[in-house]
Amino acid sequence: MILKPQLKDAKIIGYYLGKVILGLAFTMLLPALLAVAKAEIGPALDFFTSFEISLILGLLLTWACFVEVELNWMQGMIVVSLSWLVAMALGAIPLYLSGHWKSFLDACFDSMSGFATTGLTLAQDLDHLSFAHNLWRHLIMFIGGQGIVIIAISFFVKGFSGAFKMYVGEARDEKILPNVLQTSRFIWLVSITYLVLGTLALGAAGISGGMRPFNAFFHGACVFMAAFDTGGFAPQSQNILYYHSMIFEIITVAIMVLGAINFKLHYHIWMGNRKEIIRNIEMVTLFITIGATFLITAAGLAQANVYPGAVALFRKGFYQLISGHTGTGFQTIYAAQFNLEWSHLALTGVISAMALGGAVCSTTGAIKMLRVGIIFKALAEDIKRIILPEKAIVVQKFHHIKTMFLDDKQVRAALFITLAYIALYGLGTLVGVYYGYPFLNSLFESTSAAANVGLSCGITQAGMPAALKVTYIFQMWAGRLEFMSVFTLIGFFIAVVKGK
Amino acid sequence: MKCPLINKRILFERGAKPRVENNKCSSRLTSFARRLFVLVFFYTVYFTNYTVFAQPVSSTELITRAKQYDGQEVIYQGEVVGEVMRRGPYAWVNVHDGANAIGVWAGLSLIQDITYAGAYQVRGDIIEVAGVFHRACLEHGGDLDIHAANVTLKERGKKSLDSFDSGEVATAVLLLGVLVLIWILNQLRGK
Repeated sequence: MILKPQLKDAKIIGYYLGKVILGLAFTMLLPALLAVAKAEIGPALDFFTSFEISLILGLLLTWACFVEVELNWMQGMIVVSLSWLVAMALGAIPLYLSGHWKSFLDACFDSMSGFATTGLTLAQDLDHLSFAHNLWRHLIMFIGGQGIVIIAISFFVKGFSGAFKMYVGEARDEKILPNVLQTSRFIWLVSITYLVLGTLALGAAGISGGMRPFNAFFHGACVFMAAFDTGGFAPQSQNILYYHSMIFEIITVAIMVLGAINFKLHYHIWMGNRKEIIRNIEMVTLFITIGATFLITAAGLAQANVYPGAVALFRKGFYQLISGHTGTGFQTIYAAQFNLEWSHLALTGVISAMALGGAVCSTTGAIKMLRVGIIFKALAEDIKRIILPEKAIVVQKFHHIKTMFLDDKQVRAALFITLAYIALYGLGTLVGVYYGYPFLNSLFESTSAAANVGLSCGITQAGMPAALKVTYIFQMWAGRLEFMSVFTLIGFFIAVVKGK
Repeated sequence: MKCPLINKRILFERGAKPRVENNKCSSRLTSFARRLFVLVFFYTVYFTNYTVFAQPVSSTELITRAKQYDGQEVIYQGEVVGEVMRRGPYAWVNVHDGANAIGVWAGLSLIQDITYAGAYQVRGDIIEVAGVFHRACLEHGGDLDIHAANVTLKERGKKSLDSFDSGEVATAVLLLGVLVLIWILNQLRGK
């Protein structure tokens, strides 16, 4: 029997949702301040209006639904899934007010793409966008990469138990430190430390590449946020191609890889346990899959004779591949070039890389390395069972921070999420094919959206069907949250309708 | 005296410089030159595979038919966006034609006239670039770019003043009123 949710459940959810919205509202003050500093009057008003709307909504929810009860698992999951939808709508307001998005749906698309660290965009005339709006586009990637509710946990939520349920709901099933509040703050510490270092490195590269100092550091900060959070937005319409700089590309590759690493691994590296890099199952799997998918991509590019030399092939092929594998979505080629110049084999390499993703508890999307590693270990175990005598006891171990025995529960969980991702990739592909796009292009764009990558082969445009935009928004949302909180929300609505 | 090559009469007179007089056969020269030009043109087109596109080509055309334009001299027109990035005696200028921006690699002497680059509230200079198009430039790591041979300023860009929508101002003031009201209600509830 399904139990119908009570008013008390709605109040608890509303209260914590209000807290998350309040946290989000205050982040809008950053671009508003930049707009004032740069004398961008219109954008300053856009952000002030958006801040007011968010603050009013947050205050009304926290006051109308005031409770002093900790969240249970179901409520925590629903708060997370709803927070991301509300954040998408509120984050889209300043974008829409700028006039650079053709409709509110397009602004919502970019807002979800930003929060979910995807990087697909429907922005118009990006090269004339204000500094404030550009900062917001990248800031939402930084917020979404760390996790929207992590802000609320870090600054607004008192109870540790409720905080942990929201933390898990946001696809972070690993605690780095014993306390979830300390974990959230550590994630911010890592991110802000790298933000400073990354901005300095990219800013210096920009200056050496002929950019003015302010622009170089502004672009540096924006590109860092998009790279570390494996987002993929960039301040200019040409994305990373705008800079025409190999140094810039090398630095962004390093940042993308850092973003694709588990925060728990970052912690151990920071604590001096550097051997973990070569022992950890996720890192080993990541190196193997990067190597394998690059071989496929390079073979495809060489076969089609796309680039005039080995250096150009490596620079273009490896960059798009690593960008896809880490789930970033930076491009140094035009979207149409994927379609018109890259062979199907090369595209298959990139699609495979996008589908696999980075590490768990990182800022990447997709199936993720731990699950891929576990599935391969399980496969190896089964093969051993067949080969060895029947009486032999076969055990499989893997190393992830500590050495563990592989059990069926872990394998089942890894396979379940993997299957869910494959179904999600398939959903977008089907909708794309329904609207008349070629199969491989539809698969490419769908995988890019669901795995929160952001590479585009040209389907994502303001003129694409609204239903396809909604499909991609759903894919970005479900892919980022790794399904559990989305399934819980769907279950909640079913219980509202059918429960007794 | 009659010059056999150019079919013109050269007159030598005592005490004066030699002067050229067109004779009645000058129309033959024009006809010969025309034929020669047509021959050279067709030879160039059919045998050397080198084409000069006299009309500006769009970025979409260049990207979608990159193989056809690869290595050809093209004319491309658009707005300078971002900023001019100097690299030694050259610079990268990203030029947006309304659909896409393409990187133009140009010598500094060619881009001295560029004053405005498109950004927020700035319309960049409109320039016309004549140069060689590369689908995957070997010199620049496989970038799709144009190496400029000539850059012409077509239209000077300009800065415009920022403004705001009066309707949005009214909305912001109204929302501020709502916020103040919520704050007052909260204060009253607290008492």
